[in-house]
Amino acid sequence: MLWLGTIIEGVLLGGLYALFAAGLSLVFGIMRLVNLAHGDLIVLAAFTILSLTTWLGFDPFLAALLAMPVMFAAGFALQYVLLNRTLGRDLLPPLLVTFGLSIVIQNGLLEAFTADSRRLRLGAIETASIDLGGNLAIGVMPLLTLGSAVAVILLLNLLFYRTALGRAFRATSDDLEIAQLMGIDHHRIYAIATGIAMLVATIAALYLGIRANFDPTIGPARLIYAFEAVIIGGLGSLWGTLAGGVIIGLAQTVGAKINPEWQILAGHIAFLAVVVLRPRGLFPRALD
Amino acid sequence: MMESTRYRLASNIRASAFLAFSSIVLVLMLAALPAVAGRGLIQDLIFVFYMLALAQCWNLLAGYAGLVSVGQQAFVGLGGYLLFALTIGAGIDPIAAVLLSGLIAALFAVPTAFVVFRLRGPYFAIGSWVVAEVYRLVFAQFKQLGGGTGTSLPPSVTNEIFGIEWVKAAIAVRSPAARDIITYWIALALAAGTPLLVYFVLRSRHGLALFAIRDSEATAESAGVDSFRTKLGVYVLVAAATGMIGALIYLQKARISPDAAFSVLDWSAYVIFVVIIGGVGTIEGPIIGVIVFYALQHYLADFGTWYLILLGALAIVTMLFAPKGIWGYVSQRYGVALFPVRRMLIRPHE
Repeated sequence: MLWLGTIIEGVLLGGLYALFAAGLSLVFGIMRLVNLAHGDLIVLAAFTILSLTTWLGFDPFLAALLAMPVMFAAGFALQYVLLNRTLGRDLLPPLLVTFGLSIVIQNGLLEAFTADSRRLRLGAIETASIDLGGNLAIGVMPLLTLGSAVAVILLLNLLFYRTALGRAFRATSDDLEIAQLMGIDHHRIYAIATGIAMLVATIAALYLGIRANFDPTIGPARLIYAFEAVIIGGLGSLWGTLAGGVIIGLAQTVGAKINPEWQILAGHIAFLAVVVLRPRGLFPRALD
Repeated sequence: MMESTRYRLASNIRASAFLAFSSIVLVLMLAALPAVAGRGLIQDLIFVFYMLALAQCWNLLAGYAGLVSVGQQAFVGLGGYLLFALTIGAGIDPIAAVLLSGLIAALFAVPTAFVVFRLRGPYFAIGSWVVAEVYRLVFAQFKQLGGGTGTSLPPSVTNEIFGIEWVKAAIAVRSPAARDIITYWIALALAAGTPLLVYFVLRSRHGLALFAIRDSEATAESAGVDSFRTKLGVYVLVAAATGMIGALIYLQKARISPDAAFSVLDWSAYVIFVVIIGGVGTIEGPIIGVIVFYALQHYLADFGTWYLILLGALAIVTMLFAPKGIWGYVSQRYGVALFPVRRMLIRPHE
């Protein structure tokens, strides 16, 4: 029963990691861009939500709802003005520009909000749980996190496979030149994709801030978990990303159960094991 | 008639003979500097030298072999911890331990490469970062080396370093300053050695293979270049050098902790900044980059976060508007190159 609890906890934690990873996976799949600032952008979203709750006294959920269009616009602008210029055959510019951006965002947040740990407060629901009997209980917030992750992946898949925008996404991903010949403005498509990635990052930030303390320096670790989930799941597969998040979450909670110091290490080891055994991930859709 | 249309393969060696001579003079002068310079300057120069050596290493990996790593802190930290283990645990002289740390780091690099080489391009970058994190978390588990909080080198190790009595007698300084001077000489040797190492690698047939892979991996492979082995060779060589530099850094700091030794900011971000500003894919670039970096650090480091924001923004602007850095701009504009690694086709005049 003790282990069942650990496994449930791991799967629910996986929901949070899938939310970290979904935006990264989307951008990855469409334009092969690895955004090293993704984790810091999640933290930026968390501070945006925090500011709205403290300045305007909003509830975190309402604040996140308001932060979403702001973050979408920020993502759109970031891609349109900065990142589109870095795309091309050379792999250095996108990597190094986003790496520089990561340092700028981290230190900008440190300057604005200091290094203090913050948290989004929700009241009683934070600690509420559903009793399953036999000493087993599921936290309401972790359950809501996993539910949101599934919903986000579902919606992204619908967008991807059922809408005109999704068709444009798939077309630019599959063959950029033909897509351009068909009249697709790929710069705009990319900007929308990054905007959507930031929308998802805002949802991730909401649950991140409610689950645990955050400060401006935790972005890179979130990026690494997200990246691990994407690679485990396989490039271009959003459901794969969800599975990847769950695997990282499971590995971490099981590792922590054995020895609390092994939590993060266990997640990394699971990732490296997949890299060695299945370097293209478990459910690859696109060829890189 | 046939003779005159034949192309000749040449590289600009003669023009650099003067440079080689002046470099030797410069290195000799720097080696003699501790006789007259104060301890502060010596410590600053140690920092400049090891940053330069790290930048040359990263540049060989990313600029020439296409292995854009964000995880070289794995080998800096590994070298540092090996130095501590070898000196405290095995009682080996620190100077010998610096060399040995490099060799052992190279041994670690081989299995590491088999994992990270599974990932390509941008995925390799984050994969190498994950591996560095694994190293950090594993070294935090060794209670003998201080666990998560770290440990210090005991004075018995640092004060009995090879040659310290001689330096104390020759320059008339006390033990801590004499230790700095010996560290300074090792740092100078590494800073002068890494550009030479890069130069000789690039001039060798492996260098030619690297250029071929960089221009087109598929074509290079079809011409018989073993891309995997060529890259593996560079990766292991760079790991050995980086391990030695890491050992040297922590010999000087005399205090190590997992978070500092495997820091992505100190040993990747700053190093990448140096290479980008100076000029990626050139041997001259890191030398210019480290001078710019030292100047910025010297005047602006007190501004803390604003300093880092400036560094990040400078790297972004450079990458967007002058992707070949300061040296790339200069050499393109004026056609100069100090290190003749390019092979040129020369058409002989009649």
